[in-house]
Amino acid sequence: MQEISLNILDVAENSVKAKASLVEITVSEQPAVDRLTVMIRDNGCGMNEEQLTKVTDPFFTSRTTRKVGLGIPFLKMAAEMTGGSLDMTSTPGVGTTVKATFGYHHIDRMPLGNLVDTVCTLVQCNPDIDFLYTHQYGKEKYVMDTREFRAVLGDVPLNTPDVIAYLRDYLREGDRDLQHDAPQN
Amino acid sequence: MKSLAELKAIREKMQNSVGMREDAEDNIRVVVGMATCGIAAGARPVLTAFTDEVAKRGLHNVTVTQTGCIGICQFEPVVEVYEPGKEKVTYVKMTAEKAVKVVNDHLVNGNPITAYTIGANS
Repeated sequence: MQEISLNILDVAENSVKAKASLVEITVSEQPAVDRLTVMIRDNGCGMNEEQLTKVTDPFFTSRTTRKVGLGIPFLKMAAEMTGGSLDMTSTPGVGTTVKATFGYHHIDRMPLGNLVDTVCTLVQCNPDIDFLYTHQYGKEKYVMDTREFRAVLGDVPLNTPDVIAYLRDYLREGDRDLQHDAPQN
Repeated sequence: MKSLAELKAIREKMQNSVGMREDAEDNIRVVVGMATCGIAAGARPVLTAFTDEVAKRGLHNVTVTQTGCIGICQFEPVVEVYEPGKEKVTYVKMTAEKAVKVVNDHLVNGNPITAYTIGANS
């Protein structure tokens, strides 16, 4: 993976597999305290304690088609390379939270990359799941909540091409304003 | 910020055509492999390119969606095209540029691009 946003896309797919109806993605950039956190929380089927301890092992997977599962190990490696860490909590029947912490200014921290495309891809491919995306920079933040869109759209699906185009513009504007408002350092 | 009124306008425009897409008989499905292997190989820009090109051309009979790992990780990004009544076409080592060409040649004009298929690359 070349971008943190690709790790986010990959790990959020686990929430899809876990049959979540709501997936929260929070990216918080805090350069003043040299920290970047990425949190992915879902209300899917969750994992038991045994699965939770094994999930960072690349030779463990819940799949039966083959014997490797690299999504979580990749994110863990990316975080630890920057002096950060990966924390996971999970309760069967309630959901799972994955939190990765990175050293913001660390030379080995991958760029965040294209978060807009990651969120659009998730919505496009999973129109029946709700996504709550929060991007924070210092004290500024913006939020995208598909539940809000769904309320307006009624029975028009979220993966309608016009809706995805709207979503892409919405996210791009949010990201741009966030960068614009953020103090340069 | 973009307003929700804009979204409402999209809804009104779409409501007349709802039901035409996924359940239509001529519906074409474009499926992009989006497991760890696909994402690492560059599946996201491929999916975005398909979505943009299909929207740009107003192809209401095309659905762009995802699948997991289908077991040929060395050929990722992999894209499968399902057309009713025709054999599935599997494209391998896709890029955003190739995706645009597949929309134009295959989805619009009905000519699969043999050079990009798994048969020509294995």
